[in-house]
Amino acid sequence: MVGVRHPWRWVGIAAVLVLLAQLVHGFVTNPGWDWPTFGAYFVSATVLKALWVTVQLTLLGTALGFVLGTVLAAMRLSRSSFLRVVSWSYVWAFRSIPLIVQLLFWFNIGYLYQTLQVGVPFGPGLFSVQTNSLFGPMGAAVMGLALHQAAYAAEIIRGGIVSVDAGQLEAAAALGLPRRRQFFKIVLPQAMRSILPNGANEVISLFKGTSIVSVMAIPELFYQVQVIYGRNGRVVPLLMVATVWYIVLTTALSILQHYLERRFGRGSERHRGQSAVHRLRSGLAAIKAKATESAVTGR
Amino acid sequence: MSAASTSQAPMIEIRGVHKSFGELTVLRGIDLRIDPGTVTAIIGPSGSGKSTLLRTINHLEQADAGTVTVAGTLIGYRRRGDRLHQLAERDLLRQRSTIGFVFQDFNLFGHLTVLQNVIEAPLSAQRRKRREVEPLARDLLARVGLADKADEYPRRLSGGQQQRVAIARALALQPAVILFDEPTSALDPELVGEVLEVIAELARSGATLVIVTHEIGFARRIADTVAFMDGGQIVESGPPNSVLDHPQHERTRAFLSKVL
Repeated sequence: MVGVRHPWRWVGIAAVLVLLAQLVHGFVTNPGWDWPTFGAYFVSATVLKALWVTVQLTLLGTALGFVLGTVLAAMRLSRSSFLRVVSWSYVWAFRSIPLIVQLLFWFNIGYLYQTLQVGVPFGPGLFSVQTNSLFGPMGAAVMGLALHQAAYAAEIIRGGIVSVDAGQLEAAAALGLPRRRQFFKIVLPQAMRSILPNGANEVISLFKGTSIVSVMAIPELFYQVQVIYGRNGRVVPLLMVATVWYIVLTTALSILQHYLERRFGRGSERHRGQSAVHRLRSGLAAIKAKATESAVTGR
Repeated sequence: MSAASTSQAPMIEIRGVHKSFGELTVLRGIDLRIDPGTVTAIIGPSGSGKSTLLRTINHLEQADAGTVTVAGTLIGYRRRGDRLHQLAERDLLRQRSTIGFVFQDFNLFGHLTVLQNVIEAPLSAQRRKRREVEPLARDLLARVGLADKADEYPRRLSGGQQQRVAIARALALQPAVILFDEPTSALDPELVGEVLEVIAELARSGATLVIVTHEIGFARRIADTVAFMDGGQIVESGPPNSVLDHPQHERTRAFLSKVL
């Protein structure tokens, strides 16, 4: 039996391989990349500290953004038209304002409101606090990223919930499951299947988007490499330092996404696929079993 | 049924139920009395309001007028003086967990295993103990012939097997009545028999069943009462041999001549 041949596939592979070879050749031979400088800074204390700030911004922005986004999605899907309008307006407002503009507003909040005060509306205050001491640049950045993220997360979560078959909710209601249980045990886990790929996209884009807070002089990864190359003039290798770190962490997030999707995909396919790690493990186990077997028979 | 049983308190009592969806009137004054331990088959053409009537019994649909009582409990409302007050959702959900409902499309929870599907409502809606519920669930799965499928996901079962799991899930509530909404309509013809067999076994065990069905032969075999619906009304009801073999109404005769 002879299978279908694909001659053009081989042509395509050859073309891609040539291009890749040229790229690698360029990396190695072009002195402009300045790999010694790259090596000197890649794991330097300053860069690692800045990377940690970037990671913190991502984690806090994602966590707060998705918590608020879940609340907004639930409001948008509620039976109360008041809650629906509030949620819709929030999403409308925060999707309309460019992130960088919003961040600069938060950064300058102390100019608009010097103090925040808790008290009777339009009446006497009970206690007050300096706005700038409450927020600080890091707080303003997290707040801006989270509020922005929440608007997008709300739509992704809502989309996921709507994609779950109405019969699931109806069955849960017919069985008399409590409302919270209907949502958290029945609907949300199934909604996760479509929330996860889009959600992961958002997290990754937020992770790289943290570079935008460099406008607020927060010492995150991108700001820090700019400071360094401003001092020593080695622009390209320092940009590569940031680039490689962004790639490394994005890869880690993609792997995490893969496992989360498998976790929430349970029951959705007839035959479960095996992960690469799982295949490797069972392969090793088979080799080991064979080795012991031959050792036993050898004796 | 004998005269003695009609004098006892009904398991389900439907009185003057009306229901419209916008312009479309689906139920026009339904009265129905169902005795404990009886099997009632509701038959009739598509769009006659059979499924809507079944869904008003456990308040999946709210009637515009009229009342439904199950085992002496008014469903969906509380009576204060001569006024009916709508129940809070939490109380309605508690009422529902005493009424089994089996859907045409099974509606098993796809991300949970068969066993998890069966124990979910007893655990979270009825707050029973896992060590009590799990053996019961395994017994029920054995009763519907699926003891070996407890740890499978629903997607890997045939339609007939899925519907039998759905029946076990409804039984796990230890309900006073079980409502079936066209339980075999979504099944391949060769899978219908296994599901009907499980329902027939339930009927023999003395459960109170209400079944909306197109399986006239099955209705004749297991039902104590057959109710024929058309145009949002119960045109006639009675023992199978009178409604199915000697129908009094022209509309019943016309329908039966098409399906038999």
